[in-house]
Amino acid sequence: MTALAEVSHPHTGSIDLPPLQKGGWGGFRASEHLLKTVDARLRVVACGIFALTVVGLTQIPSLLMALALAGCAAMAARLEFASTLRRMAALDGFILFVLFFLPFTVPGEGIFSLNGVTASYEGVLRAVEILLKANAVVLMIMALLGSMEPVELGHAMARLRLPVKFVHLFLFTVRYIEVLGREYRRLRTAMKARGFRLRCDPHTWRSIGYLFGMLLVRGIERAERIVTAMRCRGFQGHFHLMTEAEPVGRRDYAFVGLSVMAACALIILESLHW
Amino acid sequence: MAHIPDGVLSAPVLLAGAAVSLAGCAYGLRQLAAERIPQVALMSAALFVAALVHFPVGPSSVHLILNGLAGILLGWAAFPALLVALLLQAVLFGFGGLIVLGVSVMNMALPAVLCRALFVVMSRSGNRRRTMIAAGLAGGVGVMLTALLVSLALALSGQEFAAVAKLVVFAHIPVAVIESIFTAAVIGLLLRVKPEVLGFTSTEVRDE
Repeated sequence: MTALAEVSHPHTGSIDLPPLQKGGWGGFRASEHLLKTVDARLRVVACGIFALTVVGLTQIPSLLMALALAGCAAMAARLEFASTLRRMAALDGFILFVLFFLPFTVPGEGIFSLNGVTASYEGVLRAVEILLKANAVVLMIMALLGSMEPVELGHAMARLRLPVKFVHLFLFTVRYIEVLGREYRRLRTAMKARGFRLRCDPHTWRSIGYLFGMLLVRGIERAERIVTAMRCRGFQGHFHLMTEAEPVGRRDYAFVGLSVMAACALIILESLHW
Repeated sequence: MAHIPDGVLSAPVLLAGAAVSLAGCAYGLRQLAAERIPQVALMSAALFVAALVHFPVGPSSVHLILNGLAGILLGWAAFPALLVALLLQAVLFGFGGLIVLGVSVMNMALPAVLCRALFVVMSRSGNRRRTMIAAGLAGGVGVMLTALLVSLALALSGQEFAAVAKLVVFAHIPVAVIESIFTAAVIGLLLRVKPEVLGFTSTEVRDE
């Protein structure tokens, strides 16, 4: 599996495609964690409600608490510290670009100036607010959703009554990312063996284009074979979910209780005017 | 750069994006025959993998958006396909957020559908050269329209984002150039090897 988990490097073009295996995608530890036994549907719903709540918050103390809650969830899910931080740093790379301008574009009381442009206190506050919001939501997504296998997520969406076709599309895509990722690495290795390197020229862009064209051709032929096989087995637009929905247990109740308490705490903290 | 994190956009923009994406996905799914799902999923997966390739540009690197190509190959099914791809990127890599998914899908899928229309009109004759030019154009236009929509979403969310909104458009120009050549190459190859995918029979494709 080590070959599959190669680390992304901008100039060799290898991609950071996590292997599909037991215990979750994205380099999360495979061991049992506290959240693992909580019903996947509850985790999906809780994540959605958390994100909705956090996006609505405006006070720094309540946002700090939201980030702390997400941190607790991440610990409960036993996310790997290093890879989680790396992901959040990648996210922050983009936000920082947006945030850099905020202190200078939000009008308000000036606190310092750079090249004659004054940064406002309100602008800095707004930037911090966005930074906290974005990180809290992403950390919670990784803790609640990233810690389950994508297939589990697909089944949870099916049980939440999302359209069957959408769920099928999701499950097939999860499967094909693995297939195409492997095929992509094979073709890239072949190109590398012939001395191809990613450069900044039309030859590179065209060559990678041909690579993906080839990937599509092979993939589409594969999809055709699969459809034939499905038809031959009498497919009628419906799959059976292979995993049974487990009965709601004590952990699920505890999870719901904690989530409700967390949401209430956030809203109360928000309504206190600081 | 099409990923906007949660917490940036204002509520009206988020709601509008969610409404458009919901309608687009519903329409795309209704049109999608159950037997075409594996093929659409395959293209969605290919787009996901292709978006992970970093092309070096100067000291930095960019990744492709590929919504033009998605539109050409998928039509309205681009809406649900891009939703799946963006959802997986959020869950697996922490790119973007959850509440902005509606806006992100709209920003990518609306141009995709437009690119499809552009491509179909321009490539009707089956002339190889014209079809490849149409593909290149669709690739570039897809990126630039997405950049415009991203910047519109930012600008509508508050005056304070106006500067960033302008920069976003300029930052996408190199991506548009790369993507236009990339898309022309992909479609050129498909035209030679498997023209049925593009709706041509092999006798329809002509060099002159």
